Amino acid sequence: MSIAITTQIICFTVLSLVILIGALGVVLLESIVYSAFLLGGVFMSVAGLYLLLNASFVAAAQVLVYVGAVNVLIIFAIMLVNKKEDLKPINDIKSRRIISTSICITLLSLLIRVDLTNAWSLSSPQNAIGEESTIRIGEHLFSDYLLPFEVASVLLLMAMIGAIVLARRDVMSKDISTGLPVDQELIEKSSEPLLTNKN
Amino acid sequence: MEYGLDLEYSFNEFLKGFGLSSEIAHIIWLPLPMLLVLVAAVVGVLVTVWLERKISAAAQQRIGPEYAGALGVLQPIADGLKLLVKEDIIPDKADGILFTAGPILVLVPVILSWLIVPFGQNLLISNVGIGIFLWIALSSIQPIGLLMSGYASNNKYSLLGGLRAAAQSISYEIPLALSVLAVVLMTNSLSTIDIVNQQSGAGILSWNIWRQPVGFIVFWICALAECERLPFDLPEAEEELVAGYQTEYAGMKFALFYLGSYINLILSALLVSILYLGGWGFPIPVEIISKFLNLPINAPFIQVFTASIGIVMTVLKAYLLVFIAILLRWTTPRVRIDQLLDLGWKFLLPISLANLLITAGLKLAFPQFFGG
Repeated sequence: MSIAITTQIICFTVLSLVILIGALGVVLLESIVYSAFLLGGVFMSVAGLYLLLNASFVAAAQVLVYVGAVNVLIIFAIMLVNKKEDLKPINDIKSRRIISTSICITLLSLLIRVDLTNAWSLSSPQNAIGEESTIRIGEHLFSDYLLPFEVASVLLLMAMIGAIVLARRDVMSKDISTGLPVDQELIEKSSEPLLTNKN
Repeated sequence: MEYGLDLEYSFNEFLKGFGLSSEIAHIIWLPLPMLLVLVAAVVGVLVTVWLERKISAAAQQRIGPEYAGALGVLQPIADGLKLLVKEDIIPDKADGILFTAGPILVLVPVILSWLIVPFGQNLLISNVGIGIFLWIALSSIQPIGLLMSGYASNNKYSLLGGLRAAAQSISYEIPLALSVLAVVLMTNSLSTIDIVNQQSGAGILSWNIWRQPVGFIVFWICALAECERLPFDLPEAEEELVAGYQTEYAGMKFALFYLGSYINLILSALLVSILYLGGWGFPIPVEIISKFLNLPINAPFIQVFTASIGIVMTVLKAYLLVFIAILLRWTTPRVRIDQLLDLGWKFLLPISLANLLITAGLKLAFPQFFGG
């Protein structure tokens, strides 16, 4: 076995372990802050897997978008929200747990079945593109994948409009969450500059 | 352009001379450039700290460090040693794991980004195809480390500092990436080597700063904001937040933050010089000099000469920018958080978008000047 293959196997094992344990931690840990940071670790390991597959551009994009934007915003939101609320006890917790466990086990067995029945034959690529992949991705985005690409931008536009509506309550006459008429005076007060002119 | 010293090849040949297989030789070679760059980064930090102290002293009409070595050049080493031997304190109510992981997450991406900094045609660790994009991606990890240490310190100043750092770096990343994109558009490549080579045609006249003046200014402002240097050092504004996310840190963990911020400053200066100031290029093209001296470009003497000129030029340009950054730090007041976000979102973002559009238009209209 050559050194390159050994390194690859070691990297793959470590990355998969980090992904599995990290993802379990995201779901199972009590502290939401730990979950959020572990999610960042999982995203990083997925980027590592992309690197192993010779897709360096996708790996960097994964880091930029998922770690740098999505995860930072999740952590940001968690730290800005400071609401202490006691969770209500759920009455039929036992039956709920039984149902969800059975659904999860069924799903898992289906996936295992898929894994075992499929051949997963990997024909090694005739001409591996490697560093050229950036150019190839660009070509695809502007030819046969143009429609999904543009639809994704419409999705982002919708999210942006939603964020603006939520942030600028003064464009509405009624509060979105409570339905009460908006106190315009309060909005005026909050948007006053921090330092008033003293002349 | 496949000329130049190939140190890796000659090193491997040298080891094979001792009867080692090429794989073993490769493994022995691998850590060497990394170690070299790490040492270069740390020495760069020491020099920058000394410069910062001396220039700030000059700006305030003081003398600055004097007694440690000639002109106080050993002062940064004394500072570093002091931090090394200091007690490492983790506050009682702090979150131990996150408190330790925070500074590491801040430092590691910055050092990893040195992977793509070229000091010459073959003088870089790895000419990865995604080049400059790797740096943009890696620099987006840093705010997580800052948020982590801000949260783990269990201190309201730290948390506020961490949140400010994250908000600032998210807002300035976008104009930064857009101005890099304009340069990439002219180069047709993300690789830092190609970006420098594209500027090497006519010496100083072909540097990107003449073709991308707006991009240069936007990039420099954003780089300063990403480094949290003074007009934009809100995350650690000492009058408001004690020291921001660093408040509870002491000893080596504090030193990691300190190192990280200075390495990041040098890295940003290096990248500005690569993207806009011709990287390792001499103001007069080396080809003209070698023609003037009647020497072939591939002669060993000329090779060593161009390589050393390349390193000197890269470092010189970077330190010129570091000097400007230090002067800015000691002469400008801090902006307010609303001014900071206004500048980022309402001014730099539209202007860098317009710059991208104009660059694309000029590239199509004048392909010979703007990279066809």
